[in-house]
Amino acid sequence: MSGPSDFQPTNPALKWIERRLPIMGLMHSSFVAYPTPRNLNYWWTFGAILSFMLVVQILTGVILAMHYTPHADMAFKSVELIVRDVNYGWLLRNIHASGASMFFFAVYIHMFRGLYYGSYKEPREVLWILGVIIYLLMMATGFMGYVLPWGQMSFWGATVITNLFSAVPYFGESIVTLLWGGYAVGNPTLNRFFSLHYLLPFVIAGVVVLHIWALHVAGQNNPAGVEAKTEKDTVPFTPYATMKDMFGVSCFLLFFAWFIFYMPNYLGDAENYIPANPAVTPAHIVPEWYYLPFYAILRSIPNKLAGVVAMFGAILILAFLPWLDSAKTRSSKYRPLAKQFFWMFVVVCIGLGYLGAQPPEGIYVIVGRILTFLYFAYFLILLPLLARIEKPRPVPNSIADDVLAKTGGKPAPMVSTVIALMVAGGLLLGGAESARAAEGSTKPPAQKWSFSGPFGKFDRGAMQRGLKVYKEVCASCHGLSFVAFRNLAEAGGPGYSVAQAQAFASEYKVKDGPNDQGEMFERPGRPADYFPSPFPNEQAARAANGGAFPPDLSLITKARSYSRGFPMFLIDFFTQYQEQGPDYVTALLQGYEDKPPAGFNLPEGSFYNTYFPGHAIKMPKPLSDGQVTYDDGSPATVAQYAKDVTHFLMWAAEPHMEARKQLGLQVFVFLILLTVLLYFTKKKVWANAH
Amino acid sequence: MRSHGKGANRTILDCLFRRNGGRKSGFSAAAGAAGAGSLLRGARLRGSGAVPLAADKKGLEIVTTASSADHPTRRDFLYVATGAVASVGAAATVWPLVSQMNPDASTVAAGAPIEVDLTPIAEGQDIKVFWRGKPIYISHRTKKQIEEARAVSVSSLPDPQSDEARVKPGHDQWLVVVGICTHLGCIPIAHEGQYDGFFCPCHGSVYDTSGRIRQGPAPTNLAVPPYTFVSDTKIQIG
Ligand code: FES
Repeated sequence: MSGPSDFQPTNPALKWIERRLPIMGLMHSSFVAYPTPRNLNYWWTFGAILSFMLVVQILTGVILAMHYTPHADMAFKSVELIVRDVNYGWLLRNIHASGASMFFFAVYIHMFRGLYYGSYKEPREVLWILGVIIYLLMMATGFMGYVLPWGQMSFWGATVITNLFSAVPYFGESIVTLLWGGYAVGNPTLNRFFSLHYLLPFVIAGVVVLHIWALHVAGQNNPAGVEAKTEKDTVPFTPYATMKDMFGVSCFLLFFAWFIFYMPNYLGDAENYIPANPAVTPAHIVPEWYYLPFYAILRSIPNKLAGVVAMFGAILILAFLPWLDSAKTRSSKYRPLAKQFFWMFVVVCIGLGYLGAQPPEGIYVIVGRILTFLYFAYFLILLPLLARIEKPRPVPNSIADDVLAKTGGKPAPMVSTVIALMVAGGLLLGGAESARAAEGSTKPPAQKWSFSGPFGKFDRGAMQRGLKVYKEVCASCHGLSFVAFRNLAEAGGPGYSVAQAQAFASEYKVKDGPNDQGEMFERPGRPADYFPSPFPNEQAARAANGGAFPPDLSLITKARSYSRGFPMFLIDFFTQYQEQGPDYVTALLQGYEDKPPAGFNLPEGSFYNTYFPGHAIKMPKPLSDGQVTYDDGSPATVAQYAKDVTHFLMWAAEPHMEARKQLGLQVFVFLILLTVLLYFTKKKVWANAH
Repeated sequence: MRSHGKGANRTILDCLFRRNGGRKSGFSAAAGAAGAGSLLRGARLRGSGAVPLAADKKGLEIVTTASSADHPTRRDFLYVATGAVASVGAAATVWPLVSQMNPDASTVAAGAPIEVDLTPIAEGQDIKVFWRGKPIYISHRTKKQIEEARAVSVSSLPDPQSDEARVKPGHDQWLVVVGICTHLGCIPIAHEGQYDGFFCPCHGSVYDTSGRIRQGPAPTNLAVPPYTFVSDTKIQIG
């Protein structure tokens, strides 16, 4: 992409093609011979990491679309079926879901890198603006993708975000109706979001091509911020940049794999494991972490239209950056003031992200307004001002000089910045988390579970006992509709044989039909059948339960969570603690008090539970000592029942958990080996350049 | 490394795949011509096991002779090991991406055996049931049909098979076949065609009362699915 190449194949067949379509020459000049500044640091590998992530997302996305059903009644179920039944479906879904977060994580680093080293300045303005367009497209794609699983957060996130457009004067309502294709978010909305979610990544890929083209015309910026002048300033893209990028990607994969295999739900919201319900809004609508800073700006401004304008303005202002910052020196390395303000700006952004996850009340609102002001002030006041008053330090004469000056210097900043960023990112995530389930309730005590941690395995005995408790107690009100009888005999499950599962299934009566006479009939269950639900529909369930709807238990251990608070959520990332759900469910089952504490006003038909948010629960105390007989001599106590049934329900919520952790171990061993090898290969290759 | 000295256009990969006197086979020449075309190189690496390693090795010898600083064998080993590990990783990654296209667990479970009650099928009639998404014909054959099927000389058939081999002993009147034409998958119509068996309207294959191909483009007889008689009036398919 940097002009005609002098590349000439020698093979006659290739020569024949090359004369007619010089594609090899194009590839050669773009990705092999392309001269790249020799002083690039690892922040520059994020371009390659992003390209890699785009490929990963498109690949896994296309595959997931082969199994997904974009219909309001089936979307949630089809996602569960992908995770449970499709070969490696759980893996593909985890990759795609956490891949979105990784994509944004990488793009933020890429953008901050551009900001710090002045990569948007002349002659790279168009390159930068194309980047802003890609970012906007990514936000749209990510948002629509998040709607597709059709959980509670999907549905309400879609409602809130589409309603942003209702702020438009005069046409607002019509625009929103147009977006929805109905009078509310519903099936037409889901269908079009699916269509666009499939389309936009290819649009992104197209703009990425332009982005790279513009990059190859202007040449890469570099930490010194001086243009490459002679051949001594550059090295050929292959093998130097390629090897370095591959090493960078491989390190990034280690980080990525941690989420895929060990923390798949760390970045998600428990609420999204509850199917979309247009009648109930979750207590806190929190967008995905990567939108939080802009969400905070939206909420800081007390006027609807102004808030929306400020939010979009906060993104669009980036496009004007090349003209807002008119300083001649590119790299902040040589701009003592700009450098400090850059880091302050980073803190402001992270602060906004934190606030975006907090409830919009009290001090949070005030701080939110201050930070919003600072965000805009950085672009509109500070950068133009700095360009005038700052006295930059002298920049090196050439890239080669910069490299020579640095030989033997300190490579430390990268490491410390990475640590700082990780802590800050964690803070942000933790903020997101603390907003969930923050209603005044007692924290459940953390239990010991055999399935926790990287080597965790289910306890077959506990699962079999738990199944018994479910069948004899819970099943009278709660369904388990995503679990099939055949699952009981599958690897990683409660360890029954196929014959046992079959016998278990045949004890159930399953509705089937219609038969040749057109009538529905009952027959004994088969392994392929799912656990029948106790009520035919929600209305019947409510009618039989005093107005309360006993939730389906298939996903209950993933759909419930509680705030771990600071700094536990940070530690949790490293210890892989993710058993909030099971801890809560166990605690809830044991948390009944016969007498509510003095002063607590218990509504009619409710029961006091220490761990239930708000304490007044409609479900009567379900378990009592001796209620279920165990054959294996385990104590017949409420505590034991509660733990066993939770153990079973954890498996019900994630039947492939053992497979996930086992594969994770193999992948990590492999990735560490690959990363080490790539590191030394890269070192060997670069030895020639020094 | 000498490629670097000569300018930005020449790179390590140029060195890696440069032809030298010893090997002028088409393959290595193609690789050499592709030069640093990394796409081609990737395809080659995935396509074959041993050759790329040999090529790498050969290429690297050129590299190492060009740069005197390094111990050649250690360097060879490093590059080859990295390439090999990366290829293993790439191959392992492809596995789940392809495996997901196979039938999922619920589809497999739904393909479990089914039971069919034969009592409602009168002599001379047939029914169609579905098993694993395929139509299965169950025909209650008349005496005449059975005799027709057995009268023909087996060796004269395009796909020689006796009628006895296509039904269960003692249940000669019951013909159970997969109702999918063995030509290109259309569904033949029962009780049609000049052999009183099945006739496929798509391209005119004609099957007899035993479901054997007698005429037309279909290469083989209609398949007999796995089934057993649970009782005299009930079969289990699958
Ligand atoms: S498909 Fe039946 S004859 Fe071609």
